[in-house]
Amino acid sequence: MNNTLLFVILLLLIPFLVFCNLMTGSVEMGSELWKTVVMTIRLPQTLTAMSCGAGLSVAGLLMQTIFRNPLAGPSVLGVSSAASLGVAFVLLLSGAIGGTSLSHFGVIGNSAIILAAIAGSLCVMIVIVWLSRRVAGNATLLISGVMIGYIASAIIGVLKAYANEEDIHAYVIWGLGSFSRVSGGQVGVFVCLIAILLPLTMLLAKPLNMMLMGDLYALNLGLNVKLHRMWIIAAAGILTAVVTAYCGPIMFLGLAVPHIARGIFRTSDHRILLPATLICGAELSLLCNLISKMPGANGVLPINSVTALIGAPIALYVLLKRKSGGHYI
Amino acid sequence: MKNITIELINTTIGYKSGNKTTIIASGLNGSFEKGELISLVGRNGCGKSTLLRTIAGFQTILEGRVVQEGKDISDYSIQERARLISIVTTNFKPIPNMTVFDLVAMGRSPYTGFWGKLSQDDKKIIDESIGIVGMEKYRNRTVDTLSDGERQKVLIAKAIAQETTVIILDEPTSFLDYPSKVKTMQILRTLAHDCDKTIIISTHDLEQALQFSDKIWLLNDEKKLIVNTPSEMIEKGIMKECFGYENCIFVSKIE
Repeated sequence: MNNTLLFVILLLLIPFLVFCNLMTGSVEMGSELWKTVVMTIRLPQTLTAMSCGAGLSVAGLLMQTIFRNPLAGPSVLGVSSAASLGVAFVLLLSGAIGGTSLSHFGVIGNSAIILAAIAGSLCVMIVIVWLSRRVAGNATLLISGVMIGYIASAIIGVLKAYANEEDIHAYVIWGLGSFSRVSGGQVGVFVCLIAILLPLTMLLAKPLNMMLMGDLYALNLGLNVKLHRMWIIAAAGILTAVVTAYCGPIMFLGLAVPHIARGIFRTSDHRILLPATLICGAELSLLCNLISKMPGANGVLPINSVTALIGAPIALYVLLKRKSGGHYI
Repeated sequence: MKNITIELINTTIGYKSGNKTTIIASGLNGSFEKGELISLVGRNGCGKSTLLRTIAGFQTILEGRVVQEGKDISDYSIQERARLISIVTTNFKPIPNMTVFDLVAMGRSPYTGFWGKLSQDDKKIIDESIGIVGMEKYRNRTVDTLSDGERQKVLIAKAIAQETTVIILDEPTSFLDYPSKVKTMQILRTLAHDCDKTIIISTHDLEQALQFSDKIWLLNDEKKLIVNTPSEMIEKGIMKECFGYENCIFVSKIE
């Protein structure tokens, strides 16, 4: 099938999934209450889910290309944990040190959380890049990611010991990950941030394609590898951080979606993969959100369980398919 | 008038890490000409790869100069260098979903615009390059399904598509079976002679090196560079001195 047709089909799926997301829920349709629920709860939630999915997936694609590793992704490499650690510093310590709790999420508190998340994720991205160039192999990189995750949660544990009750509660809730916590005006800010960041990643399409060849070949083809690696890391780190700051750590979407996009379009060209990953990410995220609301009644499944249930099998599939310990993606 | 493309003038090669400098070989002199296939030989660890990396501009020159087309190699920008020298290495990791055409198209990167869109001319050059290495049938196959020898040919096609006067190949024949080794060397020799390119390879396959090359560059155990034609290398006993052992004979011509 040709690429244009595939894109048209994928794009048509978006309004359909948005519609399903807006219509699904326990409130009776047509009533005044229903209108309010759709506008103030379901619409923000749908927009958040789309932005989160698109953002994390593109971040995952950037990481997989730059590490030349099919198992790279925001949650796998500990970048999400690091963003959480940044958030924990702000959320847990502000009350203990500053006296006033930031848990009430004012505008200032909110920007502080985003900046902290960005700082955390970029630090870890830089450490991982440093590690990946010194030690070869998928396993080492993944173990490093897991270790970074452990270290982050250990430090968060220590921070909790010094934090006050209210802040811990706020952090725990944040840490569960959710598309529905972002509300009102904040949704606008979040969607705008992602809508600015994602098109910017498109500018990296040619460098990303050259990076696929490996550092030496990319350099020989005229690419300033160091400079572009820095840009790509910054893009992936900031995307992960912004999403994590607003939605909490969301598992596996960033790892799984680029593989789905590659599977659909059968290409390694980032001029196609970037928009494809963006669209697939938004859609898979919408689908996960829909599934999480499925049980009906009042029960809503935790979003991280749903994304992990979909993402983990894909990760496993990739691992098993590459049993030779061999090469990239 | 000689057509010198690259010249080494009293070059010292090696590594610098922090304050520590490791010199691998020093006082190297020699020049490469257009239309020549040059084989760089020497025992393991003698610095073949380092020398190639230095010539390609990946490694800083510790002392002396490496001059290409009248200008020091370090004075070229990364983009300019991409149009002067192309490389083929052994450690290429195949990329799934990437077709032979896509891979060869990478060679056009220095010439394409911001988005990397290929023009009709680019596509023509890519198909011609694939034709030169005889991989037309594989044009739309993905690279990860190719054998080592086939992949090597595709990477050579990439280097051809890059349209540089110099092509550097690090051990291009090392993982290949005998027919593929010979085929690869034939392609490289034809390319040097017919397309007037300077082709520099490093190799452990002395037999093919002596048979196909126009010149041999030998880095011996004393880290000295000896440059000569294959037959002179043999007749002067230089090959035997470096690689020979008892009962090992190098013959300059079989007639």
